[in-house]
Amino acid sequence: MRFIATTTKSLCWLFLLQKSAFAAVQNIDILYVKLHAEMSAEPLLLKQPADNKTLAGAKLAIEDSNTTGRFLKQHYQLTVVEDNNADGVISQLKRLLSVQEAPGTVLVDVPENAFNAVSEVIRGSGALVMNISSREDALRQSQCAEKVLHTVPSRAMLADAMTQYLMSRRWREWFLVSGNSDGDKAFASALQRSAKRFGANIVEQKQWSFDTDLRRVAQKEIPLFTQHDDYDVVVVADEQHLFDKYFPGNTWLPRPVVGTEGLVPTGWHWTLEQWGATQLQNRFYSQFAREMTESDYAAWLAVRAISEAVTRTKSTASDVLYDYLLSDSFELAAFKGRKLSFRAWNGQLRQPIPLVHPNGLTALLPLEGYMHPVTDLDTLGYDKPEVRCNMAK
Amino acid sequence: MNLFNVNRFAKLTMVSLLALPAAVQAETAYVSNEKSDTLTIIDTDSLEVTNTVDVGMRPRGIIFSQDYKYLYICASESDAVQVMDVATNRILHNLPSGEDPEQFALHPNNRHLYIANEDSAVVTVVDTESRTVIAQIDVGIEPEGMAVSPDGKWVINTSETTNMLHWIDTSTHELVDNTLVDQRPRHVEFSKDGSLVWASAEIGGTVAIVDTTTRQINHTIRFKIPGVHRDKIQPVGIKLTDDGKYAFIALGPANHVAVVDAKTYEVLDYLLVGRRVWQLAFADNHSKLLTTNGVSGDVSVIDVNKLKVVKTIKAGRYPWGVVVKP
Repeated sequence: MRFIATTTKSLCWLFLLQKSAFAAVQNIDILYVKLHAEMSAEPLLLKQPADNKTLAGAKLAIEDSNTTGRFLKQHYQLTVVEDNNADGVISQLKRLLSVQEAPGTVLVDVPENAFNAVSEVIRGSGALVMNISSREDALRQSQCAEKVLHTVPSRAMLADAMTQYLMSRRWREWFLVSGNSDGDKAFASALQRSAKRFGANIVEQKQWSFDTDLRRVAQKEIPLFTQHDDYDVVVVADEQHLFDKYFPGNTWLPRPVVGTEGLVPTGWHWTLEQWGATQLQNRFYSQFAREMTESDYAAWLAVRAISEAVTRTKSTASDVLYDYLLSDSFELAAFKGRKLSFRAWNGQLRQPIPLVHPNGLTALLPLEGYMHPVTDLDTLGYDKPEVRCNMAK
Repeated sequence: MNLFNVNRFAKLTMVSLLALPAAVQAETAYVSNEKSDTLTIIDTDSLEVTNTVDVGMRPRGIIFSQDYKYLYICASESDAVQVMDVATNRILHNLPSGEDPEQFALHPNNRHLYIANEDSAVVTVVDTESRTVIAQIDVGIEPEGMAVSPDGKWVINTSETTNMLHWIDTSTHELVDNTLVDQRPRHVEFSKDGSLVWASAEIGGTVAIVDTTTRQINHTIRFKIPGVHRDKIQPVGIKLTDDGKYAFIALGPANHVAVVDAKTYEVLDYLLVGRRVWQLAFADNHSKLLTTNGVSGDVSVIDVNKLKVVKTIKAGRYPWGVVVKP
């Protein structure tokens, strides 16, 4: 039977190749910029991020889009630009953008502090920027820019999602612990904003000191560190997971741990199986032999959004695609139980946020009951009246 | 579990022996339960569950042979289409189905089964007599809905992530055309005369009416239920009455079935059923409509003449497909 499948497939391709000789094939080249991040602490070899982290999601989406493209005479191709330093990646990028036939789309997978520099170069060429890596709120709230779209959820979206759940459980009193990286501080601010927004109360806030080696003394250190009269949850903001993993089941009071460890809000998780998600998870696993992560999913979304726009507009011009993506007509099925669309005022892709623990899905946010005049998905993250920048051309 | 089944079976055998003459008139509904790996068998007259039968893993699409002697079952996680002897409720054998069969359609020749293989982006054509695969046709990503035109000329498959209806010529088993529809097409249903195709788009929230001759969309039906967010209106199963009067459309997590005028495409009513309603089947000469409600684990019974929900019947876990034997 496998033989039959292969034969039929190759016959089909032959047929398509013949056919394509008569009709023009639309080629869609998508650039992928990857700047390798420096890790502040090297994780165990076992827990190193995969070499194809994020990129694998884009590759799968290219394949998905080409399966569809067969029927529409579209061919998608991914060109990867990668380097260990920002200058190197920018000069490579400039070279490639200068020879592009027409402005296309660039997926940006770079550390947050390099995002603006890379994005400026791309925008300068007229190409469309798809942010698949930076969760920075400023990019959605005060610095949003024309032709910059975000498929990765912002910290504010993640924090709001988690807070909605905590409030639904009446876990209002928080003990907040953050690390000292810029990302940790940014996530802690997002959590403070969410607490205020939904009515939670931060009863204690501490920064982790990094004075001890927790591998030996976690059981002594964490209970002491979390001593306080009372709180409902311990919220940890430690994006690089340097200490947060020692908190669950180890706090002074017997309370749940949430945030970057314990119950975690994320864009995607392997435990999603509803709404056809199993099919995507299986496709990803059979190709890359690992779990699909939230960064893979953000990259998958970016390519799928572009290919959906190409299919519906029959155009590859970046201006046409950008206008369509921000319009009311654009909708994307993405295995989260409802259609996704972009917020026209800041370029963020609206999406439900799973709240997970390592082996299970606890909730999908927003929860029923959080009302919004336009769509309840906009109860997550900065809403239109809170956004201080302008996407207009 | 086993003990329960045995007891139940003994009891049911007695009941059916005693009630044999009366049972001839009633129709029998078979419901596939995706999570409990069983079929729930319902008497459509008494609207009671009469039996529960163990089948393969993750049964979804189910369909009868034209003489109702066999029930074909897509046992998705067993990677098989099972053939059940309807008289004895025993699985006779498996058909080679390709990976992860989800839905299928039987050609009017009563012989060729067209199976959507969700994980491998192909439609597999199986000869149910020789039990062999006679063709595999490449389609879009996540093939799902399947239908054969009444004249047997066309097979349509929907692909959920490619968002298309794929038109397959049954004489050549070639894919000859595609119709782009809204997000995540789930189900296709031919009108009785075969001139139109009704296609539901689950995430798009629409039903497209497609002309079989031009293979273009004639009309798009949209839905609006007060108090239900539009994103939750997710059409899946479609059934058309033989008299051409109504179309019933299951709206998934909106927990309603839409009643549509099959001529004007106007939505006439929304009937509240169980939670996450997916598939539909007529019973008792189109006087009843049964719905599978996945999340609430039951079957709603709609009186087609009164357009009212008259009963809810408990089924297994995640009821998925439903078919009725006269």
